[in-house]
Amino acid sequence: MSDQSAVVGTVTEVFPDWFSPDSRPGYAGYIVPSERMREAAGYLKNRKHFDMLTSVTSADYFPEDRIEMVYHFRRSTGGEPLRIKCFLSRVESQIDSLVDVFPGAELQEREVWDLMGVRFTGHPDLRRILTWEGFAGHPLRKDWKEPFFEDEIKPYKSRWPEGKFIRAEEKNPLGDNLCFPPGFDPESWVPDKDEILYKSMTRVAKAGEDGMDSDTIIVNLGPQHPSTHGVFRMVARLDGETVVDLKPVMGYLHRNHEKIGERNTFLGNMPFTDRLDYICSMSNNFAYALAVEKLLNIAPPERAEYIRVIMAELTRIVNHLVANGFLMNDLGAFFTPVLYSLEEREFILDFFEAASGSRMMCNYYRFGGVVRDLDENMMSMLKAILERLPRKMDELEKYLIGSEIVRIRSEGVGILTPEAAIANSATGPLLRASGVPYDLRRADPYSIYDRFDFDVCVRYHGDIYDRFMLRIDEIRQSIRILKQAVRDMPSGPVLTGKPQYQVRVPAGEAYGRVEGPKGELGFYLVSNGKTNPARYHVRAPTFINLTSLAGMSRGNKVADVVTILGSIDIVLGEVDR
Amino acid sequence: MKESLNSPGVQIPEELSGLVAITTLDRIYNWGRRNSLWPLMSGLACCAIEMICTAASRYDFSRFGMEVMRPSPRQADFMLISGTVTKKMVPQLVRLYNQMPEPKYVVAMGACASGGGPFKEGYSVVPGIDKFLPVDVYIPGCPPTPQALLNGLMKLQEKIDHQALKTDAHWYKKDGSAPIPVPILGPDLIDLRKVEQIRLASQVQQPASDADNNEVPHE
Amino acid sequence: MYGLGILKGLSVTLKHFILTFVDDAKRGKGRYRSPQGIAYKQSTELSGLFTVEYPEEKLPVPEEFRYIPFLVYEEEDGEKKLRCTSCGICSKVCPPQCIYIVRTVDPETGKPVPTPAEFCIDVDICMNCGLCAEYCPFDAIKMDHDYEIASFDRMKHHVFDISRLAKPVSYYASIRPKNYKTEEDARAAKAAAKQGTASA
Repeated sequence: MSDQSAVVGTVTEVFPDWFSPDSRPGYAGYIVPSERMREAAGYLKNRKHFDMLTSVTSADYFPEDRIEMVYHFRRSTGGEPLRIKCFLSRVESQIDSLVDVFPGAELQEREVWDLMGVRFTGHPDLRRILTWEGFAGHPLRKDWKEPFFEDEIKPYKSRWPEGKFIRAEEKNPLGDNLCFPPGFDPESWVPDKDEILYKSMTRVAKAGEDGMDSDTIIVNLGPQHPSTHGVFRMVARLDGETVVDLKPVMGYLHRNHEKIGERNTFLGNMPFTDRLDYICSMSNNFAYALAVEKLLNIAPPERAEYIRVIMAELTRIVNHLVANGFLMNDLGAFFTPVLYSLEEREFILDFFEAASGSRMMCNYYRFGGVVRDLDENMMSMLKAILERLPRKMDELEKYLIGSEIVRIRSEGVGILTPEAAIANSATGPLLRASGVPYDLRRADPYSIYDRFDFDVCVRYHGDIYDRFMLRIDEIRQSIRILKQAVRDMPSGPVLTGKPQYQVRVPAGEAYGRVEGPKGELGFYLVSNGKTNPARYHVRAPTFINLTSLAGMSRGNKVADVVTILGSIDIVLGEVDR
Repeated sequence: MKESLNSPGVQIPEELSGLVAITTLDRIYNWGRRNSLWPLMSGLACCAIEMICTAASRYDFSRFGMEVMRPSPRQADFMLISGTVTKKMVPQLVRLYNQMPEPKYVVAMGACASGGGPFKEGYSVVPGIDKFLPVDVYIPGCPPTPQALLNGLMKLQEKIDHQALKTDAHWYKKDGSAPIPVPILGPDLIDLRKVEQIRLASQVQQPASDADNNEVPHE
Repeated sequence: MYGLGILKGLSVTLKHFILTFVDDAKRGKGRYRSPQGIAYKQSTELSGLFTVEYPEEKLPVPEEFRYIPFLVYEEEDGEKKLRCTSCGICSKVCPPQCIYIVRTVDPETGKPVPTPAEFCIDVDICMNCGLCAEYCPFDAIKMDHDYEIASFDRMKHHVFDISRLAKPVSYYASIRPKNYKTEEDARAAKAAAKQGTASA
C-alpha cells in the first residue's frame, strides 16, 4: 500500500475533509464522505491518473447500521489498487452514481443495487441484474434469509453427532426452495414483462433515404441460444440488420455464490471457487488463496509457488484454446476448430486430473501452498505436453489465421478503442487487444511472476481478429513461462504449516487478485475473526468486460454480435456467480 | 447392432445370420429410437463443458447416434439438463420441454440438475429439475466425467429398450400429454400448480416486525 | 489471398484425415480395444484417431481421481469393522454439508461409542471436492473411483447409507495403491515408535 499513500498522502493534506485514512486494524485505504464520492472519483481520475475503476462492491456490517461501499481504483500504467470506502446507513443507503465519471461502474452498481439494496442516484438504468424485477428483498444483506436457511455459519449442528438425514425440502412449508412475503396473493401478481428494459433502449425514429419511415425492432437472443456461450441473453434493437442498441441480460445462472460463500468456512469456499469460471478453476483457486494468505499473512514455500504458476499458466492455455475454438464456432467454422482445441485441452486435463483428482473442479490450492506434490511421472507428463503444444499451435495458426473468411468477418469488427476499454474497466485480452499493455503479472506482480522472462502481449486494432490473435500470442508466452518454471523448479515442501480444516483468520480485509485468463480476477474478503468470511466478493472479469459489449456492438450487423460476444470470452458461471 | 435387434431365443440358420433378423415390433421400434437420440443443444453451467467434451473427439457420443445436437426443441428427442437450474431460467426450460415433440426424455446431468447440488441452499436455485420436468435418468457427480455421462446416456437407451408400444407409448394416445404450466417469476418462483398452497402458506405467516426485512425466514 | 488461406487451412484438416489411416496401418489392430491402445491414446505422441470407445475401452482414471466418497472397513475374522470413529470432522469440513452422521451411544452407559450408527451422504449435494478424505484423521473416508452410478430414481438411490458406502480395505488398496502404501508405512512407523517408547 506504499504506492497508494504516496499518492493520496498529499491529498489528505490538501483536502482533509475528503480523504481520511481507514485506520481500523487490518483495514487499509481511505474513507470518503458519501456525498463527496463523485467529486473525489473525478479528482482521482483527472488529477491523480487513477483511470480505471476496477471494482465496486459493498459490505454489510449488520447489526451495526452501516453498509460500506468499497471502490478499488487502478492506474492503467500499473501499480497497486487504491481502496476508497464510503459509509452508508442501512436504511437510507443512497449514494451518487459514478457512471458518468467511470462508465465501467454501470453493471457493477446495478449488481450492488440488486444484491445489497444501495440506490445510486444518477444511474442511467438502475434495474435488477442478477435476480429479476419483482424479487423480494436484497439477498446479500445480512438479515435477509433464504428459504433453506439453516444457520448463520457452517458447519451446521444438525449434521453431527445427531445427523439424521433429512432433506431441506421437508423443513419448508411449501416443500420447496420457496418463500413468499406475508399476505402474497399469487393470482393477482403481474409478472415483469421487460417493458422497462425495452423502453430503456435507444430508439431512433428516422425517415429513410427513400422517405419511408422505418421502425426499429427488438430481438431477444438467448437465454437458450447456441451461440451465447451459456444462459446469457442479449436484447438488441435493430434497424434492419444493424444494431442500434444492445443490452445484456444476465442472472440466468445466478447461483448465490457470494451468499453461500459468506456462510462457508474459509477452506470450504475453495471448491466453490472452482465453479465460478469453470473452464479455469485453477486460477480461481489461485486468486482466492492469495486473498486469504494476505489475511493470514503467510506465504507458500518455493516449490509450491512454482507449482502454482505452472497450474495457472496451463489454465490460461486451456482457456484460450477453448475461447478461440468457440469464437471460430461463432464465425461459422462449425466445430472443427473446437474439436482440435479440445483435443489439446484433453491432455492438459489429464494432467490436472492426475494432480488434483478432477478434470475441471481442481480444488488444488490451499492456504500456504498446494494440496499435493507433483512427482516424477507428472513432471515428464508435463514436459511431453510442452513438447506437443507448440507444434499443435503452429498447426492451428496455419489452419485458421490465413483463412479469408475468418479475416473478413473479424477484421475491423467490434472495435473497442483503448480509451473506451479503460473507461469501461475492461481487463485481460479485451484490454490488451485494444493496445493497452496492462497485465497484472507485470503491472501489479504477485506470486513469483517477476522471476520469469515473458512478454506482455499487446495488439493495437481492438477488433475481433486482434483478440483472437492475442490469445494465440499469450498461449506462446505461457508455454515460455512453463518451460522456465519446469527448468527452475526447486524441491522441497509444498505447504507451509500443517494442513488445517478450520483456519481462524484475523479480522481485517484483503483483496487478492490474479491476471486470470479472462482478466483481473479479484476476491475482496472481509474477516471478522471467525472461521467464515464476513464478506466475500468476487470481482469477476467477464462480468465487468460485458460493460463494453453494447458499445462494441452498436453499428454492427446482428450476425456480428454473437462473434463480438465470443471474442469477449464470457463464462456464465463467473458473470452471474 | 443385429444382436440387439434379434429376438432372443429365435434360431436363425447360420447361412442367414447377419442378413436376416427376426424381431418383434417393439424391438425394432425401440432399436430405431435408441440409436438416433438427438439431444437438445442447451448448456446451463459447468456440466455443459463436460457435455461438450463428451461430444468432442475423445469421447464422441456420435457413436451412439447422438451427434446431432439440435438448437431447436422441435427437432430434439431428449433434453440434457447440464448444470444448475436457477429460478430465472426454469420458465425457459419448461417452455423448451413443452415444445419438444413426443416421445421426449429428460436426463439430469450432475448433482445440481438432479437435486440442487452444492448450490441447493441458495435462494435462486431450483433444487432439482424434477420439481418441474419428469426426469428419466439421473447422473450423479459434480461434474460427471464424460465417461460417467456416457454411462448415463446408455442407461437412457436401456430405458427405451424396455418401453413397450402397447403399454408405455402414451404419446400415441389421443389425449396425449398435457403441457407443463410455465412457472412465473414473482417475489419468488410461482409454480402455477401450487398456487393454492402458496396462498395458504403466505396467509399463515405473520407480518414481519422488522420493516427492513422483506423476507421472513422459516424455522 | 483469393482463397489460398482457406485452401491452406483445408490442407490441415486433410492431413488429420489422412493421418488416421496412416496411423491405423502403422499400428494395426492393437490400436483399438487393447490396454496398449488405450495407453497410446493417452500419450502425447498420439496422431490419428483420438476417440476412446467407451464402454468397450475405458480410460483408466488416475490414482487421485475423486468421485463420491466411500467408507473403508477392515475385515477381521469375517467381521466388517468400519475405520470410521464418527468423530465428525468430515461432516464439519464438507463445504455443502452433505454428510449426515449419527453417533452410536452405548445404551447402558450413555457414552458415545467410536463407530457411526448412521452415516449418510446426499449424492445430489456432494460436490466431489475430496476435503472429507483429505482431512479424515483415521483414513476412514476415501474418494471412490466408481463413476458408473447413473440411476432412474434419485429419491431411492441417491442418498448413500452405510451399506452403500462401506467398501473393504482391499478395494481401497486396489484403487489407490500408492496412497495405501504410504499410509500403511506411516502407521507401521508410528506403531514401531510407540513400541519403542513402551519398551524403553
